Amino acid sequence: MTHVLEVTNLRKRFGGIAAVDGVSFHVDEGEILGIIGPNGCGKSTTFNCILGQLAPSDGEVLLDGRVITGMRPSELNRLGVSRTFQLLQVFPQLTVRENLILAGQEHRGTMLTRLFGAPDAGLGPEAERMIAVFRLDHLTHTPASELSYGQQKLLDAAMAFMAGPRLALLDEPTAGVNPTMLSDFKERLRTINREQGATFVVIEHNMEFVMSLCTRLVVMAEGKVLAEGGPAAIRANPAVVEAYLGH
Amino acid sequence: MTRAQRLLVGAGGAVVLAALIVAPISLGRYGLYVLSQWTVMTIAAIGLNLTLGYAGQVSLAQGAFVGIGAYAAAILTSHGYPLALAIVVALALSFVVGWLLGYPALRVQHHYLAFVTLAFSTLAFLVFRNEEWLTGGIYGISGVPRPTLFGFSTNKPLPFYYVCLSGLAIVTLAFWGLVRSPWGRAFLALRENPLRAASLGVDTRRYTLMAFAIGSALGGFAGALYAPLTQFIDPTPFTLALSLNLLMMVIIGGSGFFFGPFVGAMIAVLLPEWLRFADRYYLIFYAVLVMLLLIYSPSGVLGILDRYLRSRNARAASAMRASAQAGLSDEAVR
Amino acid sequence: MSNLLDLVVSGLGTGAIYALAAIGFTLLWQTSQTINFAQGEFVMLPAFLMLAVMRAGAPFWLAILIGVALSAALLGLAFKRLLVDPMLRHGVLPLAIATMALSIALKESVKTFYSAEAQPFPSIAPSGSLSIFGASVSLQSLCVFAFGVVVVVALNLFLDRTSTGRQMQAAAQNPTVARIIGIPVERMVTLTFVINAVLVALASLLVTPIYLAKFSSGETLGVAAFVAAIVGGFNQVRGALVGGLLIGVVDNLAAAYVSTQYRAAVPLALLIVVILFRPQGLMGRAEERTV
Repeated sequence: MTHVLEVTNLRKRFGGIAAVDGVSFHVDEGEILGIIGPNGCGKSTTFNCILGQLAPSDGEVLLDGRVITGMRPSELNRLGVSRTFQLLQVFPQLTVRENLILAGQEHRGTMLTRLFGAPDAGLGPEAERMIAVFRLDHLTHTPASELSYGQQKLLDAAMAFMAGPRLALLDEPTAGVNPTMLSDFKERLRTINREQGATFVVIEHNMEFVMSLCTRLVVMAEGKVLAEGGPAAIRANPAVVEAYLGH
Repeated sequence: MTRAQRLLVGAGGAVVLAALIVAPISLGRYGLYVLSQWTVMTIAAIGLNLTLGYAGQVSLAQGAFVGIGAYAAAILTSHGYPLALAIVVALALSFVVGWLLGYPALRVQHHYLAFVTLAFSTLAFLVFRNEEWLTGGIYGISGVPRPTLFGFSTNKPLPFYYVCLSGLAIVTLAFWGLVRSPWGRAFLALRENPLRAASLGVDTRRYTLMAFAIGSALGGFAGALYAPLTQFIDPTPFTLALSLNLLMMVIIGGSGFFFGPFVGAMIAVLLPEWLRFADRYYLIFYAVLVMLLLIYSPSGVLGILDRYLRSRNARAASAMRASAQAGLSDEAVR
Repeated sequence: MSNLLDLVVSGLGTGAIYALAAIGFTLLWQTSQTINFAQGEFVMLPAFLMLAVMRAGAPFWLAILIGVALSAALLGLAFKRLLVDPMLRHGVLPLAIATMALSIALKESVKTFYSAEAQPFPSIAPSGSLSIFGASVSLQSLCVFAFGVVVVVALNLFLDRTSTGRQMQAAAQNPTVARIIGIPVERMVTLTFVINAVLVALASLLVTPIYLAKFSSGETLGVAAFVAAIVGGFNQVRGALVGGLLIGVVDNLAAAYVSTQYRAAVPLALLIVVILFRPQGLMGRAEERTV
């Protein structure tokens, strides 16, 4: 069986420093994979190499067995790889609904149908559904700029699932989110995973969040994969404990 | 926008449109000429507002596209071809040249892009002036005919004004459709955050080129109306100054606002005429007024209106929250 | 060959003038993200200030001093306080448009209040020509070139060797950090505006005897200054000098060898090539500030 995402021996050097140094892992259908590791271990660089934001120095990335190394971000997105950024990136002038439609519209039809077709590109119902899943109903027509930070983070994540992606990569979805909202946030992501069968990868610092959300974890340290396995196994792994607590 | 505001805008639009149709009947030759010029400049400014205001790509070449359209129309109609054909050619030619001018925007941004387009604008002027076999050089092309539509001659100022006004109406409707379509959303995403836009599948390269091409095509359309309006085309109106003037219209009207170009062109075309009472000082007055306006509101005239509406909406929202809370406490008492 | 030498020298003369305007242009950009579309008119105006002072009966040398001082007050301090300061935090474009309006105001004011006709202007450089290797070279061009280079070298020394100059550079490169370490950033920015005003006054003094004083003469000068600044490197004083000289020479050679009709196209073509393939300019470093 081919994996949804397969990363083989990925390397990225900046000058003499290898930020990512031979990373390999894979993601299977319907999985929620967590990537964890201390600051500066190369998690985000790995993401950026997979997503075409950075050109990897070496290695290969496969999506459903197809080589996608070095493709442009917009091409990758249309092949079904969506993402969120570490820093919040919604469009403040657009309403919640408009943000969601924007996130899906380039996956529908052609340039011509997008010009002459319906203003919502036929995505109205899908946007409403996503709004319901992420419980933003009362904010449908509110500009994103007027949402609270946590609500914007929810919207940001919802946008990543709008086009029914093959694979979604979430970069620190909980950063800056109010702790009281976290469990709700987790529930939303679970719902998406369960109902849409969405496959996704999460980079997280919040251990409790990631341990309870993910089905499998990859631990990175100093640009390499340190350990891999289920949450329980990772928690018990002495190497991981050492890397995290350090000396 | 609330429903009431939308109604208000609709009603206001209908009144303005009626005024634009009825009021000029009493205007003299010169008044009609100036008003026609307003419609033409508004069309060109709408195009630049797409490139700059919606898609965020600076262009100092819009005047050159007005020139390209004007020469295309002047050359074709004075050889006996109908204006409709000339308009199609002007649109197509400006679209293609605008598309090509968009390529530098894929490499450089902001002030660098501004200077590339500035250079293009000046180069286009040199071609208008020097290629005498095509453009008549400094002697220009005179006697550009006005069209006959459905058997009616539009040679007189009033009928031709209606031709220009219809052109503006068509462009306004088409532009409304464009900015409401997914393209409008993609242009805004391109302006606000190209990186994020790309990660959502927006082909930023193609939309950048499209923003240039469509904006330029509207410049060409404006030019194709400008030629029969003045009935004489020479290189002088199409210097860099026109491009700068159009840019000024977009900014002082309100860049990125749908009606910005209408207001901006009104200020740039009509205000100097209204200031004629100031005699030979009128251009100084005009320039000082523009500076004062920009100091007061860098986001242009519509920026003032926008801020006003926003603060009113915010007040209304907080009043609603307050009354909702009052209602809750009422229930608690009961 | 003799012709070529003369062309190059006179090109260097005009180039030095372009360089003065271009340097001021880049200084304003560096310290306050001001794209001054009135820079050409800034070069045009001081000559008229000097002419007005002379008309009032002052000798030429006094008129120069008063003209430079007035320029520093009007085009330096007043320009910054009244127009740039209120608009600075609203981004590059509205301010750029305001400077366009300013250029109209300056042009029209000179035309209305002084004269629409071109005025003769006395030259500080000797006339006549010099013979070098059998070629005759305009003495005026040589003097203008030499004067321009001296000014630029002096400015460079000021920026690199004096503590005020280094503070100015720090204020331009990173205002936040500069403020933290106690540099009076605001005063440094004002100083660059005054320096720009003095530079354009000097450029005015040099260029006006060649092309006469006319309200519309800023148009070509302004564009030449933009082109010189970009070609040389938008963030470098040295670059603006090289850019200015290069544009002056290229312009002159293009007029002689390409065609007078398209002479203006050659520097612009150069501009496009430089922007597309070396956007940091011939002498510049890649721009670190994200604008």
